[in-house]
Amino acid sequence: MFSILRTIWLTFLHIFHRSETVEYPEVKPYLAPRYRGRIVLTRDDEKKERCVACYLCAAACPVDCIALQAAEDDNGRRYPEFFRINFSRCIFCGFCEDACPTYAIQLIPDFEMAEYDRQNLVYEKENLLISGEGKYPGYNFYKNAGVDMGVKRKGDGLTEEKPVDVNDLMP
Amino acid sequence: MNYLLIIGITLFVVLSIAAGLIWIERRLLSVWQDRLGPNRVGPFGLFQVIADTIKLFFKEDWVPPFSDKPVFILAPGILMVTILLTFAVIPFAPDFYVFDSNIGILFFLGNSSLGVYSIVLGGWASNNKYSFIGAMRASAQMLTYEVFMGLSLMGVVMMADSFSFRAIVEAQKDCWFIIPQFFGFVVFFIAGVAETHRLPFDIPEAEGELIAGYHSEYSGMKFGMFFVGEYLGVTLISAIIATLFFGGWLGPSFLPPAFWFFLKTFFFIFVFILLRASLPRPRYDQLMSLGWKLLLPLALLNILITGAVLLFLK
Repeated sequence: MFSILRTIWLTFLHIFHRSETVEYPEVKPYLAPRYRGRIVLTRDDEKKERCVACYLCAAACPVDCIALQAAEDDNGRRYPEFFRINFSRCIFCGFCEDACPTYAIQLIPDFEMAEYDRQNLVYEKENLLISGEGKYPGYNFYKNAGVDMGVKRKGDGLTEEKPVDVNDLMP
Repeated sequence: MNYLLIIGITLFVVLSIAAGLIWIERRLLSVWQDRLGPNRVGPFGLFQVIADTIKLFFKEDWVPPFSDKPVFILAPGILMVTILLTFAVIPFAPDFYVFDSNIGILFFLGNSSLGVYSIVLGGWASNNKYSFIGAMRASAQMLTYEVFMGLSLMGVVMMADSFSFRAIVEAQKDCWFIIPQFFGFVVFFIAGVAETHRLPFDIPEAEGELIAGYHSEYSGMKFGMFFVGEYLGVTLISAIIATLFFGGWLGPSFLPPAFWFFLKTFFFIFVFILLRASLPRPRYDQLMSLGWKLLLPLALLNILITGAVLLFLK
């Protein structure tokens, strides 16, 4: 009997509590910088595509939502001919970002991707590619490693040593 | 004042309150549950009621082919009619009432008994197991609680020496009946909650067990009538508590009497909603044993003591 009255009284006191509701479209929630949301393809500091179409993201993807086709330009630099992410399948696990050797594919804090038409959830390369550098400004894969693609000559990389002259015996 | 005008105003006010309660209840429940509630449609979500009404009107009004059609269609109407009729005997102000019956309380009790038919017939005509169980529970619950609902009011009747609501309010000029009739009030309030089958006594509906109980098969405006009927019942019981135990329209004279009446009525409506927000539903046998073993003896004891004291004072 007393506990019933106490319950009623405690419930009544909730008048003085603040509402927990977040009025979402007006009040946006805080999303951490590392929040895993929409997937983008970034560019390097020369505004060229970072993606080298190595297929590692597609291989890492547990739900097989990434599809791409590799191609080469005149310098022999690889790029994806098409790059397609089916966001109706994507589970935003971030494995593709972990797998990417060139920091090209990145997940950004944006989840507002709702569509009325399911077909619109399939993002093509022009939808995915952004003009900025994403989370790693200044990073350029070809300046650190890799073969000569017109970005640097062999041995000119930032963390690379000069190639050894195999005809010279001196260390 | 013109007779028809009073009936019209009463109907309008009462139905508006009942419809507005849909919004009030949802907002108040959300306040007590630390939510915001409906606030999108119009200022503070006030037009939610209108949106809901339009929705109910445009829904398919489906009569199940396996149901007993005439009874099925009649049932929601009975609820509305019995409750609205009862509002006729309630005085909103000293000179504002539809008719001042000298058997007002009996009229109210009789009408609320007839209201059970609505639920029993509705559940029965639906020809559906859940509806039927709900209707059976409703009939047992409401018959039980009607017994001492009437008995709990007898103390008030003895003290006022009249069955007329107006005379009862007049008799409370010096002291509201809540003080001498406290146990009568407690019993009547619990019986009133059970009578309107509101939470925590919504055992006939019990959506966890019986889908929606007796109105599982109802849709469209027929469901709307059960829905509004429930809120009308809440308003009615609140108004009767305010009239019988809290002096009806009596109050300081700087505000009109009708204001005091509605203030008290709304206070009890809020208490009804607070009960819904805070209490869980008892088990069916707990409800019945509470009624027969505790509240009925309490009501009888209340009559006994009131009668003895009144005889002694004479």
